Amino acid sequence: MHVVIIGNGISGVTAARFVRKLSDHKITIISSETKYFFSRTALMYIYMGHMRAEDTMPYEPWFWEKNRIDLVEAHVDKIDFKGKSLALNNNTSLKYDKLVLALGSASNKFGWPGQDLDAVGGLYHMQDLENMEKYSEGLERAVIVGGGLIGIEMAEMFHSRHIPVTMLVREKSYWDNVLPEEESAMINRHIKESHIDLRLQTELKEIIDDGSGKAKGVVTSKEDVIDCGYVGLTAGVHPNVRWLKETELNVERGIVVNNHLETNMQDVYAVGDCVQLEEPRPGRRSIEAVWYTGRMMGETAAYNICGKPVAYDPGIWFNSAKFIHIEYQVYGDVLAKPPENHESFYWEHPDGRKAVRIVFDNKTDVILGFNLMGIRFRHEVCEKWLKDKVHVDEVMANLKLANFDPEFYSSYEADIIRAFNNKYKRSVKLTSKGLLDQVYSFLKS
Amino acid sequence: MKIIKIIGLVIFIFALGVFTFSMFSSEHQLTSELIKSHVTYSPEAQAAVMEAANSTGVMGKSYGTNFSFINGLHEVFNTANNTLGEKAIPSWQVEKYLIPLTKYSTAGPFGGKPNMAFWLSIMLGALAGLIYILPDMSQLAGIKNDGIYQNASTKGITLNVRLAFLGLAMLYALWKSIFQFPLVIFFVLVVGLILYWVWKSEKSYNGARARSASVSTSGWLGIAFGIYLISFYVFLYFFPHYVTNWTLMLDPVAAAIKGDGGTASHWFLYGFLYCIVMVVMGVRMMVKYRHNKYQLVRTASVLFFQLGFAFLIPEILVRLNQPYMDLKNAWPLDYDFYTKDAIGGLAGQGSEIAFLGGTSVGTVMLCWGIALTFIVVPVFTYVFGKRWYCSWVCGCGGLAETLGDPYRQLSDKSMRAWKIERYVIHGVLAFAVLMTVGVLVNRFTGIDNFGLFSAGQLKSWYGFMIGAMFSGVVGTGFYPLMGNRVWCRFGCPLAGLLGLVQKFKSRFRITTNGGQCISCGNCSTYCEMGIDVRAYAQRGQNIVRSSCVGCGVCSAVCPRGVLKLENGSSDIGERTTELKTIHISESDLKILS
Ligand SMILES: Cc1cc2nc3c(=O)[nH]c(=O)nc-3n(C[C@H](O)[C@H](O)[C@H](O)COP(=O)(O)OP(=O)(O)OC[C@H]3O[C@@H](n4cnc5c(N)ncnc54)[C@H](O)[C@@H]3O)c2cc1C
Ligand code: SF4
Ligand code: SF4
Repeated sequence: MHVVIIGNGISGVTAARFVRKLSDHKITIISSETKYFFSRTALMYIYMGHMRAEDTMPYEPWFWEKNRIDLVEAHVDKIDFKGKSLALNNNTSLKYDKLVLALGSASNKFGWPGQDLDAVGGLYHMQDLENMEKYSEGLERAVIVGGGLIGIEMAEMFHSRHIPVTMLVREKSYWDNVLPEEESAMINRHIKESHIDLRLQTELKEIIDDGSGKAKGVVTSKEDVIDCGYVGLTAGVHPNVRWLKETELNVERGIVVNNHLETNMQDVYAVGDCVQLEEPRPGRRSIEAVWYTGRMMGETAAYNICGKPVAYDPGIWFNSAKFIHIEYQVYGDVLAKPPENHESFYWEHPDGRKAVRIVFDNKTDVILGFNLMGIRFRHEVCEKWLKDKVHVDEVMANLKLANFDPEFYSSYEADIIRAFNNKYKRSVKLTSKGLLDQVYSFLKS
Repeated sequence: MKIIKIIGLVIFIFALGVFTFSMFSSEHQLTSELIKSHVTYSPEAQAAVMEAANSTGVMGKSYGTNFSFINGLHEVFNTANNTLGEKAIPSWQVEKYLIPLTKYSTAGPFGGKPNMAFWLSIMLGALAGLIYILPDMSQLAGIKNDGIYQNASTKGITLNVRLAFLGLAMLYALWKSIFQFPLVIFFVLVVGLILYWVWKSEKSYNGARARSASVSTSGWLGIAFGIYLISFYVFLYFFPHYVTNWTLMLDPVAAAIKGDGGTASHWFLYGFLYCIVMVVMGVRMMVKYRHNKYQLVRTASVLFFQLGFAFLIPEILVRLNQPYMDLKNAWPLDYDFYTKDAIGGLAGQGSEIAFLGGTSVGTVMLCWGIALTFIVVPVFTYVFGKRWYCSWVCGCGGLAETLGDPYRQLSDKSMRAWKIERYVIHGVLAFAVLMTVGVLVNRFTGIDNFGLFSAGQLKSWYGFMIGAMFSGVVGTGFYPLMGNRVWCRFGCPLAGLLGLVQKFKSRFRITTNGGQCISCGNCSTYCEMGIDVRAYAQRGQNIVRSSCVGCGVCSAVCPRGVLKLENGSSDIGERTTELKTIHISESDLKILS
């Protein structure tokens, strides 16, 4: 059997790896971006000079050969779902028995005037990086449109090369549709203390042409004109499925799949960013364009392809990011606009760069989620608490179990508990449990 | 801030110039007093040298640099040896005479101003380093690796250039030793065959090359720095008579530490420079990682052990008439602990300690040395992992973590390098054991010839090939070429030993935080031991590798906080199971979530 995978991102590659683990099928991965799989999340570090492109490749070139995974560098122009064959842009075609669509995302563009000029670009593909590189020499200012995770990464990139950056953010506060108010404010402060020109409640109106088809500045919704040599468009991404919209494949915003990641076409699966779940879990979105879900989908699809049907189960929500120097982790439900029953306990360190937020149900006291800024928590411990729906007092008492900061770091559990007891008039006592052995025995209990 | 950094850099370059220049800018004159007080091989030899000095015209002549003077001395000794015939002075003895003859035939560099040279080179250089480093405090604390791969000093070199440097080092070793030790050829052949086999097996996947540490343009500044370091080591180890001006500059320091009349040998010079460089670059390390307490404590610890245990305490011991010993240097890193001094040179030496029933200090040291290798090292490694030694205590590790920090990314992470590493490091360990056993057998039984070679030969091969070439010239000289832990990763026999303990019987592991890894590769890139940390982290596996020195940098650079160095007594098997990112267990297809 020939399994063909379009897209060599994390989801496609994970699918291939697991198909290989589970079977002896012939496997081919097609991508037009790069020959070898690289970590998209590490794009920024190449530009910043922390790594070379090859350092972002999780597997050495021999890995593919050794695992008999064929790599084809080409673009798929058309899919013949009936004939089970693909038309590639190098004028060849490829037959498949099972097809996995792992097409990823594309950067959003909202029809701004001038959005297709030179020196304008998003940050998604390796080619976007080349574009940034091309205009970076002698660049005197860059303007970034959109205040999400990718926007702040792009700001950090330019900043690392001492290029002044202006960030236009539509919202009242940075990423405040996801981050609760205090965390969002913390990041606003941090962006500003990093000498990035953050303009809140400001949108892009137009990109100005310098006469030769290249951007030379932007006009904002406040009618300010900002001269710049590069405009970064980072106002989110959408599933990269436009080219499939006119086919028999069921595509809405993304490729629609059922619980087993099957599309409406026989033997065609979809995974990763390009997927729209028919029935997302309660409280979860139908499109979750993050690394971790892509990886889990890839694995799940492999099982289904290899005749071991399993349903996609993303487990408890988790994510992480880094806002310049502040690390961020989230486990469970921590919402910017929480529903009635969410009680949220927030503790912030006096230095204003570390915070812990613990969300629980205000009726039952059951733990619902964790938000961490500048402090690391242990994934498995948080996950177990959330899955077991434990009482928030139990979480607070055993907070040391969750601490994942490096050795010798100051620990703040005592401060946190004190604040918690004060706020809720409780008398939770911190246990000393926190050693690795205790963590393991807790996880096994 | 930027302007201050530039000033620091300019002063540093000036100081480095003074340092380099002071090596050879001295006027020398040979006198009969010098010959009388230093050439003491035999009365005839002394007379012959005296006569040769006169007949060749070297005596009393004024030389403008030490290079020309040493040429003159060679001529003198050659002439003298010709007349001495049978009774000629052996060449190793001649080389020993060159050092004091050169050192004391001059008033010092720059027309006899060694003190000025000392302050304007070493001390000014250290100050300039601090001026360059300290302004970084004004930046926000956090990971600062910006531009490392865009910098000609730290971006590294292509695989081919690396191989050329390694090849040259090997050729040099061969050239220096081929006539004395034919077995070296055998040794090199065996190593070569292993390398070739590993290389080939890697390439057999249809010619696809393993990931190399190469970059498109050259890191010429790194190459230049590498050549400078390598030259320094070659002079220091093999031609110490050329560095006497530097030792002259350090005589006052030596006198202050060792007591009146103390002078600086080239080993003292090395120890002193080592400490200075480690302090300045240690400050750099602390500034760079000031947000990370593990790094702060660890750097303070290596500085403490270098300044105290490696440098000051041994000198103070000598000043108190006790035997010289670096109390933290464990066999087999201290490869001639047993073969050189321990048994003869320590037992019964030094004063007697009353409360130990009159046991001598030397005997206590000998016992400590043995306990260090066989009890302290394994027990500590069991409890804390290899890191307690390699990145908290060891001098080689200390230099690598301070001077070498800008180069940690240059270690090769390919599977190929890992394979080579395992052969070479365990080979060196076996060599060290063999050599020590051979010498001890020889000492206690008198048997000297073990078939092809003698104990003495074994020892001198080891001392030259491993002790000098590998740990010094390649180990440190190659920092800008192959990363800062070349010696620790490929060569150190103690690291090999500790690694075995760490792998099979230790509580240490690096835990991975569930499924949080985004496979970005920062951890692998900045692992100085060339461990592909990401390969484990992205599968949710804990990392247990014999080579990990626990520097903690992978954990520091990870942008998602995925890695934590930890100790725990929980099942060793549990340290490496993969279970976390995998949401489907393969055995029963149950959904674990
Ligand atoms: C800068 C940046 C930072 C990020 N940081 C994080 C983070 O910190 N954490 C996190 O969880 N997520 C992060 N993400 C999101 C994460 O990278 C994506 O969710 C993930 O890479 C999606 O993987 P994928 O396999 O679905 O698709 P992709 O990685 O996009 O792979 C799809 C591939 O398919 C190719 N392709 C598409 N169509 C065709 C065709 N017709 N023919 C041939 N090839 C085709 C594309 O060129 C692409 O190479 C980040 C994304 C970006 C851009
Ligand atoms: S694995 Fe991490 S701690 Fe170990 S040597 Fe490498 S970087 Fe240091
Ligand atoms: S462990 Fe951290 S640094 Fe290493 S690949 Fe994963 S996310 Fe990157």
